[in-house]
Amino acid sequence: MFYYILRRLLSVVVMLFLITATTFVMFFAAPLDPAHYTCGKNCTPTILEGNRKALGFDQPVYVQYGKFVAGLFVGRDFPDNEQLRKDFPDQVVHCPAPCLGYSTTQHRPINSMVAEAWPISLSIAIGAFTIWMIIGVGGGIIAALNKGKWQDRTIVGAALVGFSLPTFFVGLTLLYFVAIQWGLVPIPNYVPFLENPWRWAQNLILPWITLALFFAASYVRLTRAYMIETMSEDYIRTARAKGATNRTVVFRHGLRAAMTPIVTAAGLDLGGLLGGAIITESVFSLHGLGYLAVHSVTNMDLPTIVAMVMIVSAFIVIANMLVDITYGLIDPRVTVG
Amino acid sequence: MADTIAIEARDGAVPIAGRTPWQITKARIQRDKITMVALGAAIFFLILAALAPVLDVLGLIDPTSLNSNLVGGLGSLPIGPFGGVSPQHWMGVEPGTGRDIFSRVIAGLTVSLTVATLAVLLSVVLGTVIGIISGTAGGRVDWFFSRITDFVLSFPQTLMLIALSTIVIDILQVTLNTDRTIPSMVFMILVMGFFGWPYFARIIRGQVLSLKEREFVEAAQSLGANRRRIYFTELLPHLWAPILVYTTLIMPQNIATEAALGFLGVGIQAPTPSFGSILNDSVNYARADPAYFVFPGATLFLVVLSFNLLGDGLRDALDPKADRQ
Repeated sequence: MFYYILRRLLSVVVMLFLITATTFVMFFAAPLDPAHYTCGKNCTPTILEGNRKALGFDQPVYVQYGKFVAGLFVGRDFPDNEQLRKDFPDQVVHCPAPCLGYSTTQHRPINSMVAEAWPISLSIAIGAFTIWMIIGVGGGIIAALNKGKWQDRTIVGAALVGFSLPTFFVGLTLLYFVAIQWGLVPIPNYVPFLENPWRWAQNLILPWITLALFFAASYVRLTRAYMIETMSEDYIRTARAKGATNRTVVFRHGLRAAMTPIVTAAGLDLGGLLGGAIITESVFSLHGLGYLAVHSVTNMDLPTIVAMVMIVSAFIVIANMLVDITYGLIDPRVTVG
Repeated sequence: MADTIAIEARDGAVPIAGRTPWQITKARIQRDKITMVALGAAIFFLILAALAPVLDVLGLIDPTSLNSNLVGGLGSLPIGPFGGVSPQHWMGVEPGTGRDIFSRVIAGLTVSLTVATLAVLLSVVLGTVIGIISGTAGGRVDWFFSRITDFVLSFPQTLMLIALSTIVIDILQVTLNTDRTIPSMVFMILVMGFFGWPYFARIIRGQVLSLKEREFVEAAQSLGANRRRIYFTELLPHLWAPILVYTTLIMPQNIATEAALGFLGVGIQAPTPSFGSILNDSVNYARADPAYFVFPGATLFLVVLSFNLLGDGLRDALDPKADRQ
């Protein structure tokens, strides 16, 4: 088990190196000048060259990548040029490890931007996750136990509709009617959980519903399919025959066995969502990681783009690893190694 | 498909008619009313998309004419209820320009479905070829392709689509020396197609792993068939079912992705009509003229829903484990 985890960790690190290296080459070797985007309307060649040096864009791509990786482990100082640091000691910004880089549009280390955006994405992900797991798995169980009856048809039909509704369409409709026209909830504006939990939930309920609707739909289908399969197994009949209550049969015997694929999907979806819900955050103007990513792209803030790609893929890759490790814990038939 | 195998009746017994997998599938789909409706709707949308340029030439739809007489007041909003719905303009008119929304949605259907279809085709071709090679070759080749599959799946797709759009579309525009229409369509096809193939490759690989142990592959090998013959003549015909099902299921995802990115202002943009570009424009009027957003959005929903229903129905019909009657 220990070696298995170690091996998986190593492959996560390798994967992240490959992804960042690819992203780096894609953006910094493309025929465009990253320094050009740092220099506003009144751009002079002097300012352009100064920015280029300060951000280290004057160096070859592999040197820049090396510095980026080094920054992740030991931190780095900006401006990225020793001469400039010596000339303007008062302007030096230290970016401690793990340093993600320096934003060319916001003129500060990316870490502080991520630190501000992350709680918002985390709040959205956790709330939506809770709602969709309850509705999705619950709906799936009800549908499976009533296979072929009207409950099953209604739930499966609703799931397909939810799955086919574009997220932004749902989000904008909810925003327009529930928040603006009817005024049932405030127009979403992030309030930290520790400041006021009630207002936190009130402001995030629409984004939660928007995301949960889409995800719940696929969990209904997934849970239903696996529950139908397990509920027709012989050991379920045995459990009923020995006189176990319906609840015990459904939850202890049926759901337990159908759990593995659901946990897999849940882990991967949550992992993807922790890196920011791009569409939902844009619809509700919540400045989480997804919004930060879109913002960095529209402004061609290359260092931030690379950092965002790395963060999001890190969540995906790590979630993947955790899911594989959890297999052994929830399903005694699986031996990892 | 008339190759029904009739087993000769003996002693007056009723002859048993053998059915090919095709016939079983066809019978199952015909029994499933919802799938039949979805199939009809999907074909209808595809034909409509294909015919839209013809309808435009014939003057049956008119996505370009400006009707300044139909908009007015503060912000040039459409005159009349529900965004200017009238017998001539079934979905109302655009705020500002007064162009017919129904015509623009149909013209947009052409662009959106073209992009989605070509992207699926790219994914299918890449995924099938890589899946077959990976599954049959095994060993190091399989390891290599499986790692590449994992690698591509670990990339955040939406973020990469957004991030690459500006750069790639700019490069394509300079290379092709045109306006942004064709480059943005090519970009969407290439990138959605590229991020779609790992799903196909995984499924095809899994199928091939069990297929290659079957006797007909061994027979072909012992007759001296070369690799290409085994890959494409022997194995490929057994893979049409998963390919068909996943093509139908990825198609609506591509349509939705194009629309979602368009909503963010990435990819296909005005003046080219597509679900994405129309919805992106309508968001600016979401409060003043919600009908402009609701009609194209609802159409998009119907298109995506019909393909999803069709894919689901096909999967059930092609599932060998499903109850046979």
